[in-house]
Amino acid sequence: MNDDIFILGITMTKFGKHPDKDAVDLGAEAAMNALADGGVTMADMGVLAAGNLMNAAAGFGQQLQKQIGQTGIPVFNVVNACATGATALRTAIMAVKAGECDMGLAVGVENLAGAGLLAGGFGKPDGHTWEPSGRYGAVAPVDGRIGTDTMPGTFAQVGMEYLHEHAYSGEAFEMFAKISEKNHSHSTLNPLAAYNKLMTLEEIMGDIMIAYPNTRPMCSANCDGGAAAVVVSAEKLKTLSLEQQRRAVKVSASVLTSDPYTEGCQVLPDVNTLTRSAATQAYEEAGVGPDDLDLVELHDCFATAELVHYDNLKLCEEGGAVEFFESGATWRDGDMPVNVSGGLQSKGHPISATGIANIWEVCHHLRGEAGDRQIEGATVGLAHVIGLGSACGVHILEKAA
Amino acid sequence: MTTETVARIPLVDYLVLEDPPHLVAHECTSCGARFFDRRNACASCFGTEFRSAELPTEGELVSFTIVSFAAPGVPVPFVAGVIDLDGTTVRGNIVNTEPDTEHVTLGMKVRLTTFSIGSDDNGVEAVAFGFEPAS
Ligand SMILES: [Zn+2]
Repeated sequence: MNDDIFILGITMTKFGKHPDKDAVDLGAEAAMNALADGGVTMADMGVLAAGNLMNAAAGFGQQLQKQIGQTGIPVFNVVNACATGATALRTAIMAVKAGECDMGLAVGVENLAGAGLLAGGFGKPDGHTWEPSGRYGAVAPVDGRIGTDTMPGTFAQVGMEYLHEHAYSGEAFEMFAKISEKNHSHSTLNPLAAYNKLMTLEEIMGDIMIAYPNTRPMCSANCDGGAAAVVVSAEKLKTLSLEQQRRAVKVSASVLTSDPYTEGCQVLPDVNTLTRSAATQAYEEAGVGPDDLDLVELHDCFATAELVHYDNLKLCEEGGAVEFFESGATWRDGDMPVNVSGGLQSKGHPISATGIANIWEVCHHLRGEAGDRQIEGATVGLAHVIGLGSACGVHILEKAA
Repeated sequence: MTTETVARIPLVDYLVLEDPPHLVAHECTSCGARFFDRRNACASCFGTEFRSAELPTEGELVSFTIVSFAAPGVPVPFVAGVIDLDGTTVRGNIVNTEPDTEHVTLGMKVRLTTFSIGSDDNGVEAVAFGFEPAS
């Protein structure tokens, strides 16, 4: 029996500001469009996996069903930081793969427009008497006193650590800013991106510094958005129309990892080891290598993160990420186009939607439906997300035969 | 004549203020992995026995960022760094130098230093640590 899994329908909403829509509205829009894209209805779904990080305790999946169809199927409300969307998809895939059902729906949505820093801060004011508390016995908040808990600062250190490990001697700030220049340039072709304005290197470097070397446009944009996907078993797909079969995209690998212990991971999250492990497993499972990829959507939550993931996803030689980037390979006309959607820096990063939206981007190209930004002849693509804590999702997708 | 001693308390319990100030870690007795917070078991080998290990006070800056935008109440700019203390990685601010890339560079040698962050209503002084250039 063929136990392959396919994406039958998939969509993302426009990312940006949706002040008139709440998370359920955005989720309903994404889910109903994904069902319509796949030519199926809620009656066909055997499982729902749903993620909405900011209201994790609210039972988002059940709230969503009340707007799009209550059929009594099992709902898995999932949470995995920035990998929540990929985790929802992975959950639906596992259910179908396990034979529990032959179709499943995964939805991720977030309302983040206008949100500021999503971590860090003193939390509560310093007390009038020093009282040790917490696992470090801290008498006062430590963010800003013992390093930084902010995401821009954390990922800035991830990128800088890579440069130190590989004895980089160039201009770090400019090199990272050029990665952002690429993604902002790519975004001009993406009408669903939150920001699709071309930005010059000077504009990027001259913008507000958030955490050196990341200026504001080098950071992922908080915004609203939703994404959803319908997955189907190979056996079930065979019973559907030829058009549905033609547009279906094969999930050649679906991998989720957490961070194994490494020295130093308690100090600076190690986003490398779990990504490298997920990529290794995914290539093995799919039977393809990095050279087979026509496009990659990777988790560029910050410009400094994109660099290290070139290496972690084995798109380049170990230690060769800077050289690889500077060769022009990752621009949309290069050998290994990365983030042709504009990436999180311009497309936006509505957390739980991100891990499905990047798969939508890859599917869009594999189906030959990406319009102006189509990567011609794309047949294999990879989508990667990482959520600090940590969780990493890697999916490899292939055009159906 | 009386000697007035100021009561002091470290910002975190892995900072030891005496002779001279240094950091300590919980070291797994089976595999040697070191942790700054208390652990129920070792994340590396699942062992449950720990001993105290004193860390060197000098090391190398292996990564940093200059934070210009932080949560309300956190003074900026400041340099957050990752320091390799002879094989044990710690985090801390780089202090006693200008927060810019002329003065803070990857690979620079740094050493532990301590400073007061204020006294509470009982006159107890809280002491924090950072790392300063050691050259
Ligand atoms: Zn151990």
